[in-house]
Amino acid sequence: MNGAAVACFHCGEPLPRGLTIHARVDGRDEPVCCHGCKAVAEFIAGAGLGDYYRYRDTSSTRADEPPRPDRWSAYDRPELVERLTRAEPGGARSITVLLEGLRCAACSWLADKALSLQSGVLDVSVNPATARARLVWDPAKVRLGDLLRVLDHVGLRPHPLAGEPSEQVALLERRSALKRLAVAGFGNMQVMMFAVPLYFGAANGMDPDMQEYMRIVSMLVSVPVALYAGWPFYQGAWHALRARSISMDVPVSLGIVLAFVASVWNTLRGSGEIYFDSVTMFVFFLGLGRYVEMIARHRAGSVADALARLAPVTARRLREGVAEDVQAVELRVGDELLVRTGEVFAADGTVLDGEGRVDESMLTGESTAVAKRPGAAVHQGTQNLGSPLRLRVTAVAGDTVLSGIVALLERAQTERPRLARAADRAAAWFLSRILVGAAIVFAVWWFVDPSRAFAATLAVLVVTCPCALSLATPTALAAATAALAKRGVLIARTDAVESLAKATRVLWDKTGTLTRGLVRIEDVRTHGDVDAAQALAWAASLEQLSEHPIARAFLGASTTATPATEVAVHAGRGIEGLVEGRRMRIGTWEFASGAADPGAAATASSVAPEPDASGDGDSWAYLGTGQGVVAAFRLADPLRPEARECVERLAGLGLPSAIVSGDETAAVARIAARTGIPEQAARLSPQGKLERLQALQSTGHVVVAVGDGINDAPLLKGADVAIAMGRGSALAQTSADLILVRDSLDDLPHVVELSRRTQRVIRQNLTWSIVYNLAALPLAALGWVPPWLAAIGMSLSSVIVVLNAMRLSRGTHGRRDPQWPAARPAEAA
Amino acid sequence: MTILYVLIPLGLVLVGFGLWAFFWATGDGQFDDLDSPGWSVLEDDTKPANPDRKDEPPQP
Repeated sequence: MNGAAVACFHCGEPLPRGLTIHARVDGRDEPVCCHGCKAVAEFIAGAGLGDYYRYRDTSSTRADEPPRPDRWSAYDRPELVERLTRAEPGGARSITVLLEGLRCAACSWLADKALSLQSGVLDVSVNPATARARLVWDPAKVRLGDLLRVLDHVGLRPHPLAGEPSEQVALLERRSALKRLAVAGFGNMQVMMFAVPLYFGAANGMDPDMQEYMRIVSMLVSVPVALYAGWPFYQGAWHALRARSISMDVPVSLGIVLAFVASVWNTLRGSGEIYFDSVTMFVFFLGLGRYVEMIARHRAGSVADALARLAPVTARRLREGVAEDVQAVELRVGDELLVRTGEVFAADGTVLDGEGRVDESMLTGESTAVAKRPGAAVHQGTQNLGSPLRLRVTAVAGDTVLSGIVALLERAQTERPRLARAADRAAAWFLSRILVGAAIVFAVWWFVDPSRAFAATLAVLVVTCPCALSLATPTALAAATAALAKRGVLIARTDAVESLAKATRVLWDKTGTLTRGLVRIEDVRTHGDVDAAQALAWAASLEQLSEHPIARAFLGASTTATPATEVAVHAGRGIEGLVEGRRMRIGTWEFASGAADPGAAATASSVAPEPDASGDGDSWAYLGTGQGVVAAFRLADPLRPEARECVERLAGLGLPSAIVSGDETAAVARIAARTGIPEQAARLSPQGKLERLQALQSTGHVVVAVGDGINDAPLLKGADVAIAMGRGSALAQTSADLILVRDSLDDLPHVVELSRRTQRVIRQNLTWSIVYNLAALPLAALGWVPPWLAAIGMSLSSVIVVLNAMRLSRGTHGRRDPQWPAARPAEAA
Repeated sequence: MTILYVLIPLGLVLVGFGLWAFFWATGDGQFDDLDSPGWSVLEDDTKPANPDRKDEPPQP
């Protein structure tokens, strides 16, 4: 198999045709897809860290463009370091950074080693679970900017987190949950150990004193479990009740408290059933499920982290013509800013001076940059790709468009889960029936025998929350979560499994989900005696100063091209300039070949234009001299190879797809045709997408949304199930219930199937438990079941439930093919 | 079976010790990262070398 030859050594993406770049890694030439990956791979190998490529079990993030050393210079400034970092003993400083592209333990090893090699670094701890690294360094020996630069060089772009306290809170929350889980686990094991002799001893004439002793010991062990390990449930229930609602915590708490109180009561009075084993097991399994869920949620990140990525922390303010660097929080409306090429706007503003193009894709999802002239509005979080712009600040902090989107997102979240509320209603219904039933029992016994009324009522309450019944759902959800994690699918909210099983529609944002979300050079065709590398170098020279997003594809694919001189941009046609003394043009065919020039000899054009873009949906850029074309580049945001199959399989599962995109109509229609999606809507704002979604929901559909950008965040928040791609923006992941960490759509149909199987298992478990309890209870009450048989039956019913749930984790082992994109046939684009 | 009156409290003391150890380890950050320390055993103790290292194993 020649799989190794079609995929990039570093990022595993298909290699562009007609272009060969090699990175020298440990004495071998490895093929890479772009100069970004080449730079990263060679830096890693050069630092003696080539082992990374042997250890990693997933491919790395595409580097896209070579690291820009000047990007991190701002972090050398003392006042910024002062604000972002914390003082440590001995004059050292510490900082927490979010590492973009940290996807496996090998990546964290890489970050750790690369930093440890720097002198002045005192301590590094990288946590792959949260994609965060904490650095402690000596500012006298090394500068923060240099450390961040090293991380950028190894392909892990760092985002310093100013909001470190939230990170600390999350860490403490994890530790506290782990301790509670340990108490519940240890306690449960102990109580189980006493429960077995109690069950069997009762039938075989155990000494009553010994029975009494074991019951008291069980009680003592259960006290910390019920009080300490179960505390979060009571807290949740209390918050829900105070907010006049009923969450899952309410019946859970009631079950724990009632069973525990009844058992304590029976222990103290020396007769009657005790349920300490059920209580502790219930707390343990529920706590386990919550813990796994919390880890996934922390990994998904927080809104603060996402904003830390988007909004820059510094800005260059102009005061009477003099530029000074200030912190973004100091900006006020009316300030004048200078935003240089490649910088991100720190606030909303109006352009005063300069002409250029701005990448607004994180707000609108549109891949094409937007032209900005004096008077035009620019937004916080977008990137200036063109010449330096001078602008007047019109909105800061909470008033910017970016903040508006975040607010929209938070509102959508509160309006959210119809299904979750339905589940809560069901729980409340169940609970009210139990309480009514218990009240009737109490009333009846009050007339029959008042002295036994309390005990009987407690028995009814406890019996309605028996071991197997309470285990039915948590065990199945825990097994499903674990099985999905093995496949590289993270669940941030476990009731998403339930919603997914009932889903009837899928909404796709096009860019980054059905497609890869990056414009790249797919093919290079040259004419005459020009070779591909030479053509790319010329193209890159011309594009060097360009603001168009397509230019980034050229910069990534070229060697260190020197900028062209006498560059002139012809809007909508292309760029012209002097490269190595030759006048070159890049752009449309008419422009590059000179065919459109007045009085030009059109006959000189040696090469005909490539087949029109509308055919296969890709666009072409041409490099020419004005007297003919020397090279053609095919540019595309490639469709994911698995997209069509995924859409078809989802449709087969009863989940028809539709595209809601902010992109141009033609681009959306093309992708729709190639994936076989019948429904599509283009040029939608984030609000428009949300409205589409709500229209579907109002007709009774349960909607799954798949997105990857910040412009999808409201859509994801409003959806019944939100799915984000592993390489998508942090904000999208924050809004998601499910994250496809491997960045492959292959997993999606499996997830749907597994969620349906999970629902089936939960139903089977519940049915079995209810039938068993309903059948066994009256028999036992009437004295027809001897205690030893009841003990066996009770244990068996729990074991059956657990084993049934465990079926979910079997037969779903994900492929762990480390180079899976390479193993895939080259894209059929 | 009176020995149980001694053994069970003894067992509980051991459980208590185990829990204390677990709490200490959690507070010490031992469970914060369960993945990357596993990789550290794979790395060489020697300082990562420059490209023209002499003892480089032959490439397959």
